[in-house]
Amino acid sequence: MDVFSSLMDGFATALTPLNFMYAVIGVILGTAVGVLPGLGPAMTVALLLPVTYALEPTSAFIMFAGIYYGGMYGGSTTSILLNTPGESSSVVTAIEGNKMAKAGRAAQALATAAIGSFVAGTIGTALLALCAPIVVDFAVSLGAPSYFAIMVLALLAVTAVLGSSRLRGFASLGLGLAIGLVGLDVVTGQARLTFGVPLLADGLDIVVVAVAIFAVGEALWVAAHLRRNPLQVIPVGRPWMGKQDWKRSWKPWLRGTAFGFPFGALPAGGAEIPTFLSYVTEKRLSKHPEEFGKGAIEGVAGPEAANNAAAAGTLTPMLALGLPTNATAAVMLAAFTQYGIQPGPQLFESEGPLVWALIASLFIGNLLLLVINLPLAPMWAKLLQIPRPYLYAGILFFATLGAYSVNLQAFDLALLLALGALGFMMRRFGLPVLPLILGVILGPRLEKQLRQTLQLSAGDPAGLFSEPIAVVIYIIVAIILLWPLLFKLIRRNRPAAVPAGMPSTGSGTVPPTEAGGSGGGGSHRADATPGGDGDA
Amino acid sequence: MSSSPTLASRLKGRSELGVVLLLGAAGALVIADAARIVTPYSQSDPVGPKTLPFIVGGLLLVCAVFLAVNVLRGGQGEAEGGEDVDLTHPADWKTVLPLMGAFIANILLIDWAGWVISGTILFWGSVWALGGRNYIRDGLISVAMSLLTFYGFYLGLGINLPAGLLEGIL
Repeated sequence: MDVFSSLMDGFATALTPLNFMYAVIGVILGTAVGVLPGLGPAMTVALLLPVTYALEPTSAFIMFAGIYYGGMYGGSTTSILLNTPGESSSVVTAIEGNKMAKAGRAAQALATAAIGSFVAGTIGTALLALCAPIVVDFAVSLGAPSYFAIMVLALLAVTAVLGSSRLRGFASLGLGLAIGLVGLDVVTGQARLTFGVPLLADGLDIVVVAVAIFAVGEALWVAAHLRRNPLQVIPVGRPWMGKQDWKRSWKPWLRGTAFGFPFGALPAGGAEIPTFLSYVTEKRLSKHPEEFGKGAIEGVAGPEAANNAAAAGTLTPMLALGLPTNATAAVMLAAFTQYGIQPGPQLFESEGPLVWALIASLFIGNLLLLVINLPLAPMWAKLLQIPRPYLYAGILFFATLGAYSVNLQAFDLALLLALGALGFMMRRFGLPVLPLILGVILGPRLEKQLRQTLQLSAGDPAGLFSEPIAVVIYIIVAIILLWPLLFKLIRRNRPAAVPAGMPSTGSGTVPPTEAGGSGGGGSHRADATPGGDGDA
Repeated sequence: MSSSPTLASRLKGRSELGVVLLLGAAGALVIADAARIVTPYSQSDPVGPKTLPFIVGGLLLVCAVFLAVNVLRGGQGEAEGGEDVDLTHPADWKTVLPLMGAFIANILLIDWAGWVISGTILFWGSVWALGGRNYIRDGLISVAMSLLTFYGFYLGLGINLPAGLLEGIL
């Protein structure tokens, strides 16, 4: 009952009037930026990093958590009403959601997305509260060799599994690691990639890098391709669902949750694969398969639930191991370092009250989102009509402000522009931005673990394999890297047997499809725990 | 396809080779920079400050080579879409360059003229570049944004943005 009492303490902290206010601000802001084109939760948290100078860590993270979940809600609203998903995780929702909206069922689509997100978010957060301490118990026994292996796995998995081109993913990762190298080496004090510029000696500030890549790069990219004829927004009233809609939605919600959480908790993270799997499953299990492609409610309910459960799952490695696997988690991790808080398994020990208040605030945020967003959907839809010049000028304005306020030096703004141009180029040529950000954040920590490992083994490279967990992880890494080759080989041997489909994540913990869907919490937990342990 | 394509025809429409150059240059730079570091071997730090740069530089060079092959064989990166992105028309430099101009003006002016003035120029210039032509309304919003953030940062976050020329007035 330790988890329970810690969680109750967390609720006590999160429900103080001040923190509750920040939760409300967070979810409203998060929904707004999720709805607004061009803005996402990662960019918003990056732009808000300056508040870390003034706010208590607890309040700041409660607000960030609200933005994180709120962004998910807002994103689904946009994809249903506009049919142009802003984030890759809501691509699947747009397929059926927009068809429903066009058929005059926008209110039901928004309702099943919102309620499904609430259900999935709540179950996902409960699983997070249960799994994270287990992962921590396991992780504290690990040494530097295992940590090094885990970080290598996380970087490679995000680079090689997500995105359409592995090659371009690795290019992005390389650039990120190079940016992370800039500055004085911590151990020897040697200057690396500073070119004699004293202002570079402390390295590139993560706030500047994140704001440049997410905000400036995005604003410049959109400016270059701004849509001349605005998109049609489908008008919508207050979301509601009929009895039939409920009946058809509740199983997809639960199945979506079962897909989303374990995938989110894996180092390759991401919501793309589980939302896709959920869509395919619902299509196969549906009693109305003929409706798919024309606006089937199951095709919105399942993927939306998977999306939100994955968001909760992602926080498991983030809080328990200090490993972010999506962009927003990466920026939140940067916020931890702004406060001088060491991310990693010690976090639950050293910052217990903060972590539990954060988890409690996720429950609160979820409920707030449901209560606030069901009545406000028509207002959010209006937000889509904001004049684009103001929107993108505003993004540049706040990006400048955020980067400048770190050190109050104009030099950072020049860096911001240069890295913003890099972000523009990456969007133009299809280089994913997530590997770059993870490279910048994890690169220095990766190097630290590598040096500790070889220090322990007195320079013998065999030290890298001195822990069994590390060996297992390297095998998984090898499978991920060799996967395209293996895939080709299998195909050659059995030409007809393997259909070309989504590549599985290397560790292969695809949760079993719950045919009945009524398995309830117990079977979800059974799915999720191996997923949570698998990445440790 | 053709047996003897000229270099020029091969390069046409392959602007992605610019990415190859960038990766190659970055990789070479990282390795050259690391090679210049001299540290004595130390028992307590057998890895030293040069190992990771060499690995990263190597990764960048390998990516550059593979990407070059990929692009010359006709591979193409997928440009990123979005709600407000219309990929059917080519990049509109008449919007991007003035936008960057407003950004650079802010960099040059912020320390001397102060945030309220430079921020106003940044916002107004960006709105203009993006197609806003309601000069008076745009101007009023720009001034309001700059003033609000100036005082907001000062009172709310305790960050003193530079007052510059308006020192003493604000």
